[in-house]
Amino acid sequence: MNIPDQLKYAESHEWTAMSDDLATIGISDHAQTELTDIVYVEVPEVGRVVSPGEPVAVVESVKAASDIYAPISGEIVEVNEAVQNDPELVNTDPYGEGWLFKIKAEDTSQLDALMDAGAYKTHIS
Amino acid sequence: MSEEDNSEVKQTPLAARHLELGAKMAAFAGWEMPIQYAGIMSEHLAVRENAGVFDISHMGQIWVRGPHALEWLNGVLTNDVAGLEIGEGQYTLMLNDKGGVIDDLIIYRTGEAELFLVVNASRIEVDFKWLEEQAYRHIEEGGIELDNDSELFAGLAIQGPKAVEVWEAMAGESGGALPERNHIAQVIAENGDSLILCRTGYTGEDGFELFCPAASAVLWFDKALAAGSEPCGLGARDTLRLEKCYPLNGSDLDEEHTPLEAGLGFFVKLDKGEFVGREILAKQKENGLDRRLCAIRMTVKGPPPRPHYGVCQPDGGEQIAELSSGGLSPSLKEGIGMAYLPQDSAKVGTKIEIDVRGRRYEAEVVKKPFI
Repeated sequence: MNIPDQLKYAESHEWTAMSDDLATIGISDHAQTELTDIVYVEVPEVGRVVSPGEPVAVVESVKAASDIYAPISGEIVEVNEAVQNDPELVNTDPYGEGWLFKIKAEDTSQLDALMDAGAYKTHIS
Repeated sequence: MSEEDNSEVKQTPLAARHLELGAKMAAFAGWEMPIQYAGIMSEHLAVRENAGVFDISHMGQIWVRGPHALEWLNGVLTNDVAGLEIGEGQYTLMLNDKGGVIDDLIIYRTGEAELFLVVNASRIEVDFKWLEEQAYRHIEEGGIELDNDSELFAGLAIQGPKAVEVWEAMAGESGGALPERNHIAQVIAENGDSLILCRTGYTGEDGFELFCPAASAVLWFDKALAAGSEPCGLGARDTLRLEKCYPLNGSDLDEEHTPLEAGLGFFVKLDKGEFVGREILAKQKENGLDRRLCAIRMTVKGPPPRPHYGVCQPDGGEQIAELSSGGLSPSLKEGIGMAYLPQDSAKVGTKIEIDVRGRRYEAEVVKKPFI
């Protein structure tokens, strides 16, 4: 199971990569394995302001639709067009091409509430 | 995934095997069942192109015996049992007094006055209780013997164009041939196992259902795998049957809808004589139906349609129904579903919309089956 060290993780399996105040969010390798074949991705609208724990996206497998939650507060500034055309990217490259959306973080200290790789590894085992 | 209370959930004899094969399990009809192994899409395509094996040990098996068995069953089921030859089976329905569907099942005539019913897992107790109630008088007169042997059997469904070859490999030299389409055979295998083979299935492909003693389940499952079948779970079972518009009890069939509304008139023989629910059906045939189970196909790219999503008039119009079944068709790569639509929206070609999380996606009523 791939759990990159430099990312932060939510209990609901979203990963966050920070670059200054720009957060990129996707779902973990564990999550995409559980979901299996992803057939549809619904991303939020650019410009929407979100809070932690708010459902903002949907990832659908054959069997079920899963809500994806914003891990931090801020404005959605970019969404991944590629995954909307090619949902399998979330399965094949969950930490790379399979990213879902980017948030301009209001308060980067909110990252402290998220787990590091070690804690997430414990969480999923 | 939600955490379920598994204290009441039963295990089939293949439970450990499924886990060894990497199955994702979930509770269904009170049983711990494999939903998928390698993935729903690949399992589905394996059945369409080669052969897949499904654990159907959870399904029910009821024997009906007695000098009046045929005549009595004809008063309780919709299809004409009296027309069956020994060894022949038919799809049929068990209705309540209002013509609503208690269960859909396959009945086989295994003897002069002996019949074998294969019923849905979720309805075993309900079906048996209903049959006992209906037989009450006859049992008192010594005419009808009912046996629920569900616990004794394990079951496998082997489905796909290569199903016959799979059986030949499983059966070995002395195995014998599969019965012909819709027929049943009882055979003794080389190892002494009593097997029941039914040339039928729920996928639209050639195939058979094999019922063996519960203790031999792993043996026969392993033979099916060794013979080249792909292990397939309930996820693929659902996508396969939906592509063929086979209704699912509990989703498309229930006690609130009649078989005529479900489009199953072919399996209802109104002229054979009295049977439970006949009166309502005869009226529906005379007066016409208010609603019909229709096949619906998405006409735009969008999220998969799912059971209970709203079916609506086009252009943001009002909701007229909800999907009883729905999903992404692995063969077509498009969203498909079924819903009971009001008669004036039930015509093939009717344009509708599916409501997914508040957004509308265009769809239309199409001919059955989808493929």
